[in-house]
Order: sequence, then C-alpha cells, then structure tokens
Amino acid sequence: MNTPLRRLSVLVIVMFVALMGSATYVQYFQASSLNADSRNVRTLYRDHGQDRGPIVVAGEPVASSEPVDDPFGYQRMYADGPLYAPVTGWYGLYRATGMERAANTVLNGTDDSLLLSRVRTLFTGAEQGGGSVELTIDPAAQQAAWDALDGRTGAAVALDPATGAILAMVSRPSYDPNVLAAHSTADVNTAYAELVEDEGDPLFNRTIGGNLYAPGSTFKLIDLAMLLESGEYQPDTEIEAPTEYLLPGTQDTMLRNPGGGTCGGDTVTLEYALQVSCNTPFASLAVEFGDDALREQAQAFGFGESLDVPMSVTPSQFPADPDPAQTAMSAIGQFDVRVTPLQMAMVSAAVANDGDLMRPYLIATERGPDLQVTSRTEPEVFAEPISASTAATMRDLMVNVVDNGTGSPGQISGVQVAGKTGTAETGLDDDIAPDAWFTAFAPADDPQIAVAVVVEDGGAFGDEGTGASVAAPVARQIIQAVLAE
Amino acid sequence: MATVAPSRIRTGRAIEVWLLLLAVALGVGGYALVGLNTGGTLPEGFLTYVLVLVAVAVVLHLAVRWRARYADPLLVPLVLALNGIGLAMIHRIDIGMTARGIPFAAGPRQLMWTALGAVLATAVIIALRDHRTLRRYTFTAMVAGLVLLILPMTPGLGVSRNGAQLWIELGPLSFQPAEIAKILLAVFFAGYLVTNRDVLTLAGPKILGLQLPRLRDLGPLLLAWAVAIGVLVVERDLGTSLLFFGLFVAMLYVATERVSWILIGLLMFAAGALLAVSLFPHVADRFDIWLNALDPEIYNREFGGSGQLVRGLFGLALGGLMGAGWGEGFPHLTTHANSDFIISALGEELGLTGLVAILLIYLVLAQRGLRMAIGVRDGFGKLLASGLAFTIAFQCFVVVGGVTRLIPLTGLTMPFMAAGGSSLVSNWIIIGLLLRISDSSRRPASEGGGQIVGNETALIALGSRTEAAAATREPSHPSQGRRGEDDGGDQHTEVVPHP
Repeated sequence: MNTPLRRLSVLVIVMFVALMGSATYVQYFQASSLNADSRNVRTLYRDHGQDRGPIVVAGEPVASSEPVDDPFGYQRMYADGPLYAPVTGWYGLYRATGMERAANTVLNGTDDSLLLSRVRTLFTGAEQGGGSVELTIDPAAQQAAWDALDGRTGAAVALDPATGAILAMVSRPSYDPNVLAAHSTADVNTAYAELVEDEGDPLFNRTIGGNLYAPGSTFKLIDLAMLLESGEYQPDTEIEAPTEYLLPGTQDTMLRNPGGGTCGGDTVTLEYALQVSCNTPFASLAVEFGDDALREQAQAFGFGESLDVPMSVTPSQFPADPDPAQTAMSAIGQFDVRVTPLQMAMVSAAVANDGDLMRPYLIATERGPDLQVTSRTEPEVFAEPISASTAATMRDLMVNVVDNGTGSPGQISGVQVAGKTGTAETGLDDDIAPDAWFTAFAPADDPQIAVAVVVEDGGAFGDEGTGASVAAPVARQIIQAVLAE
Repeated sequence: MATVAPSRIRTGRAIEVWLLLLAVALGVGGYALVGLNTGGTLPEGFLTYVLVLVAVAVVLHLAVRWRARYADPLLVPLVLALNGIGLAMIHRIDIGMTARGIPFAAGPRQLMWTALGAVLATAVIIALRDHRTLRRYTFTAMVAGLVLLILPMTPGLGVSRNGAQLWIELGPLSFQPAEIAKILLAVFFAGYLVTNRDVLTLAGPKILGLQLPRLRDLGPLLLAWAVAIGVLVVERDLGTSLLFFGLFVAMLYVATERVSWILIGLLMFAAGALLAVSLFPHVADRFDIWLNALDPEIYNREFGGSGQLVRGLFGLALGGLMGAGWGEGFPHLTTHANSDFIISALGEELGLTGLVAILLIYLVLAQRGLRMAIGVRDGFGKLLASGLAFTIAFQCFVVVGGVTRLIPLTGLTMPFMAAGGSSLVSNWIIIGLLLRISDSSRRPASEGGGQIVGNETALIALGSRTEAAAATREPSHPSQGRRGEDDGGDQHTEVVPHP
C-alpha cells in the first residue's frame, strides 16, 4: 500500500501548490484591480481610517486629517475650504476630486516613492501615515483673486512664468469641501445634491475644467504670435482695418469691430490694431494665413494637449475644420474656439518667459510621513511656441495695450503691466452679457507673475461689461498682491 | 575493540517541547496583537487564553510521554499553532463585529471547545492502547456514522441553518454530527477495505483493461458510501459530501493500488456534479458564482449571489503580500468571516506571506500523517492514518480553493481554525488517533509490541519472537529496508529472513 501512499502524498503537495498559486494570483496579481473595484468598501475604510497626509500651502495645511471617534477614525478637514476648493477638491466617502484624487497615492502613503518609509514602518511597527503635498499656491495671490471675484462668477489663474508654478487658482462660486467630506452619508448626499443643482455650478473648477470658455479677443495674442513668427509682420506694419469685414463665403454677414466703430482708419499698424483690439484686421489676416497656420500656433501654446497639474486639465480647442468665415471668427476667439483660463495664462506666461512655455504645476514638493522630501518638482519647458524676439515684440505690444489701449484698467503705478483684454460673446443677441477676459504679466521687464481672469456674463455690468472694465481690475489686484511681497 | 553501541532512540519529545513553545507563542502573540492593535491594551481574558493554550500543550505533551512516547513530535505543535492562530482571528472578528454593532462572542466558546478537543485527544491516547482495536468495530462504526448523518433529519432534533440541515440541537448545545461521522466512516472504510482488499483487487471482471471488483465485494462499501452521500445531498451539505467522496476514493486507491479507481472516481464525480447542477439550483448557483464572481449582476443578486465570495477576495487583495497586520484589516466585512471565510480573514491581516505559512503548516501536518501511514505495519493503520490525513488536506483544498476561486465554493470549515465546536472537537479526535498510530509507526523494533502488527496473523502463527523482531528491525524507514515493493500490509504473507 506504500506506492499509492507516496503518490497520494505527491497529490497532496500538488494540491497545496495549487492553493498557493491561487492565493498568489488573488493577493498579488489581481490585488490592484480588486482594490480599485468600486464595490470594495475596504479600500474606502482603509483610506478613511488612516492618517492621510496634509495638503500644504505656504507651510499651513489647507487639508488635513484629524482623529475622530467614529468607525472611520479620521476626519478630513479643510481650512479655508471654499477658497482652496478648486485645488484641494474633496475627499469623500464615495469619491475624491481635485488634488485629493490626483495625489491620492502620496496622501494615503501607498505611493512608490514612499516605499522606503513603508518598509521602515514595517520594522518599527509604527502606523504608516500619508505623505504630505506642498502646493505652489501663493496664499496672497489666492486671497486677492478670491476677494476680487467676490460676488461674481468666474475664475482666475496665476502662474510664475519662469517656472510654471501655479500661484493662484480660484473659481467662484465655490463650495465647502468640509460638507462633502463628512462621514454621514445622508448629510453628504443632501449637500451634494444641492451643489449639483445650484445654477452657479459651484462644484465646477472653472480654471481647468470641462465647460470651456470662448476666449474672445485674448485669442488675438495667438494671431499676433502667428503673424510675428511668419517674419512678414512687424509692429509698425500697416494692415487693412475696414469698419466692416464681409465674412468670406457669405453674402451679407459682416464682422464689425467692438462697438461697431472704425479702427482709426482704413489701414492701421499692427501695434494699433492690438491696442484697440480691432476685429477686422485679425479676422482678415487669419483667413489669409489659413486655419492650419492658426491652429498650429494655438497648438504650440498647448491647445489640444492634455496636461496634468496633476489634476487633469481639459485641453483647449481650436476648431478642426473651419471654413474661411469660421476661421475669421475663430481668429477673434469666437466660433468654436474654447479655452481654459489656465491656457490663456500659459499664453501670457510664454510671452513673459522669452518664448519658453513652462509646464504648469501645482505640487512644489512631496514629503513622506517623516517629512523627508520624496519628490520635488523641477521646472520643465513644456513648449517653445514663439522665438525670443517674437516674445520681446509681443511684450512691447502688450505693454502698449495696458499703457495706451483697452487694457488701461490693468495699470499699476510704478509697475509696467503687459496685458490683453477680451470680451467674448456668449450668444447671438447683443443683449446677452459677454464673458470678460484679461490676461497679463508683470512687471514687463522682469515678469514675476502671469495671470488670466475670466468673469462670466460681464460681471455686475451685464451686457455693458468688457474685459477691460470687469476682468482687468481683478488681474491687477492679483498682480499687486504678488508684487507686494 | 569496537563494539556496537546501541544508538539512542530519539522519541522527539524534547523537540516537541520547543515546538510547543513556538506554537503557543504564535497563538498568544497573535491574540495579544489583536488587542493591542484594536484597543491599545491586551485583549480581555488574555490570561485565561494563555493558560488554556499552555494547559493544552502541557497536558497533551505529558499524555504523549506517558502513553505514546514515540508519537510524531510535530503533530501537537502544528495543530496547536493552527488552533491558536484561529482563536486569535476569531477574537479579532468578535471585536470587529461588535464594533459594527453586532455583538459577537465566538472567541470564548471556541476556547472552551479547544480545551474540550484537547481533552478528547488526550482521552483517545490514553484509552486507546492500540489503534487496531478499532478494526473490531468496523461495522459498528458504519452504523453509528450513518445514524449520526441521519440525525439532523430527525424532526425536533435537527435544525436548519442557511438552508442546510446539518445541525442537531440539544438544549443550548448544537452540534454537526457529520463531523464525527467523518471519523467513523474513515474507520469503517479502513476496516472493510483491509479485510477485503485482495478480493477487491484480484477478483472480478475486466472491462476495457480495468480490473473491476465483484459487486458483492464492493457492495456494502458502495452502499454505505451512497447512503452517506445521499443523506448529505438531502441535507444540502455540498462540502461534506465532497469530502466524503474524496476520502472514499483516496482510501479505495490506497487499498487496491489501482489507478482505475481514481479514473472511475473522477468519472463518477463528473457525472454527480453534472447531475447536481441540473437537479439543484443551489449547486448551479455555486458554479455561476465561481465563474462570474465579479459580474455586477451576480454580485448584487439577493440570494445566492457572489457578494460574500467577492468581499472575501477584496479582503485578500487588501492583505496583499505582507498583510494589514493583526487587527488592522476589515475581515468582519465578509459574512461568516470567522468560519467558512476565516482563510480570507487571515489572508487579509497576515498577507500572502502569512497565508502561505499557514498552508505550509497544514501541508506538513498532512504529510506527517501520510508518512506515518507508510511507516505503520498494519494495513488498517495505514488506511486509517492516510484517510484521516488526506481528509485534513482535502478539506483545506476545498476551503482555500473555494475562497480563492480555484474551485467552486462549498461550505466547509478550515480544520482547527474555523469557529465551530463540532469541527474543532472532531479534528482534535483525529489528531488523537494520528498520535496513536504514529506511536506504533515510529516505535523501534526493540520495544516490540506495535511493530509486529505488520503480519499480525502470519507472524503470530509462526510464534517466533526473534524472527518477528528481526523482521521488523530494518524497515521503520522503508526507503532503507525495502523488500521489493515494501508492502507490509496484512493478508500478504511475508518471508521472514533468518538472522
């Protein structure tokens, strides 16, 4: 009977090897997909029951976890919740948004960069805490943008043009993440439903998120870049500037200048066209150059590219196949051109940084639970949309816009500001309030900050609102806040 | 000058002491960590827990020294380690469930059952001087086993839980008689097969190259087995019927040495499985769950859904390689986490590393059982030891395979670990029997007694003690003293060499 007994013991070994194999399959190979399964309450409990790392702005946590006496163990708290909501997002029972989501692995301590720290806790037996994320946000700039946009619907983004660091990211109206991070499912659901139904769309991060804006005349900076890069145009080049421009391919559809007036003559210099933001010369030149040239220039500034800051930024769009009339409209930032405020800030930042567009980022440093730096963002060139000389020319032209043109409300005494206004029609009727835009950088000779501001529906001025009257003062306050430091 | 010095015979009792210390440390350590990690203090009743584990270790060790001093020194430590780890996890799930607002106190009961199990194992060693005695009760065991199986169907006595009619209730005590029936049927199979193995092997028609036994030889065996399976099917106990089937086929194969039995067994199993799938919706559900566990429709199904299995898998996934740590996971989110799903709870908190270590403990345990079957000289002992050892291994396979989705899930408990008195007590009794058999398996020839059993009839007929001793001197290591196919089973008369 011993032969079958030996075979039986081999069979038993085979059975156990199979068991170890299937356990390995589940616990190692299948583990990440099982952990990511939306039905897996454990992942939720684990993350909520853990000392999640803070999100830090200038040394102060804007999001942190406090121990509480409930089944989860920790409660996520947001200091200045609404102010930082577009950045932090919220960390709720069923979902996380914003930085809470984008930097989740660092904050919950499972990131690969924290491996060493995890190994250490394995031996010391200490509880593995999450890492912390330090943001590039300048609290002064953030607060200035927040205050300046008070009572309005809109967004502001500020960048350090030399590095791409995001200094301010404000979206109004906002919401309080504390409400959504509560542990009572019923309360959270009620609050969430209210926010979703709110007409002001407070949950929507207007600076980088989905429902894009028409850029209006701020898009002329891209036209300008294209013209200067072609080498055929200089600031003093005389260009045709009719009062009305018949859109090509149409019988009687006329494109007019803002206010319907002339542009100061039948021909004007390029400099002057930008200064008073004429529509007709840019529209006709765009038709002459063609939509491909314009799209290429837009793409060089980052249109159509997906970007993570690390929250993902909705790519700005230039229409794929416009006819000449649509190209003309696109050239003045209408038709199907759609941008994020971040994208327009990037345009200014590239001009400010001698033509080098730096990759925008929000995370300055990441630290492990032991406060050791595990990752530091190195500034990186994202694109080179224009040459240094084009950038220098554009800077002068933008300074002229603020000093002598539509951008005058953006002036700051003692500081040279370079900017461009925009007033984007949001409907066909004249009485629909436009979106007011302003993008700028300052000081012009040593840029510290590039900014883009959009105020929806003309702010308090209704259909009388323009980029100059509504958005430029907001940008000015942000710039002042940064330069005051 | 040189004289042959009799080498000291190692009983392994000293090693056993060290291993017992280690085993107790595993259980006590786990138990303490559960308390420290969940409440910051040592768990309630920590001292009682330590005392019971130490008492079990001391009592069993002394009993073995007294009555079975050659018994395998690994058995008790391995089992005590498993039992201790199980106790710690059961306590941990008590804490988790209580925190969820569902008061649970399976831990203290399991501790009581542990003590009872150890007492019964001790009783087996002391009361049963020679395992061959059991052979006398072959048919008694069969009848008793079948009666036990039928008990839960008795009106007024049996209770139905979760759709299965497996328990009997006597006042406050409830018991799963199938667990004890498992041992009794193993005794019956061993006794019957050892008596009839020659006729089973040699007589009978040959069909398609397979030597089939005569129906009249196989009849009683087949009948008893069929009744057992039938009863279990009616009681809807899938796991135990599968276990009995595995036990039956394995023992038949060991007894007859014919691979054909395995083939026939597998064919019968396939046929039975197909029949069960088409006849019983709950069996079909199990297959469905196994194949499409993560399918949302099956996951959300109100009855017979894969929710429990998938929650167990989530637990295993959370554990990953290193585990969440004692008390740091969420095993209590899985239904029946302390019984059918204790393995996924352990995988969650101890990780793949811990799970593999636990599986290795079971593997060593089963292999020691099979090893002693090879070593023991009487066929009955071989069959009983291998049957019982295989039962442990097979039960692990069915449980862990089910929980990790290697095979469809069938409700069975993890031996020594899962909460549940009947299972724990019956498995401790099995350990008592294995200790007894291993004692005679490892006893050196000079001690006489047990080793002569190899040819109990033939040698006693020869009446020569010296020859008997000589015959048995070599082969406690079959690899050394092999005589052809080193089969020492009874019925085959052996040639005994002269000294």
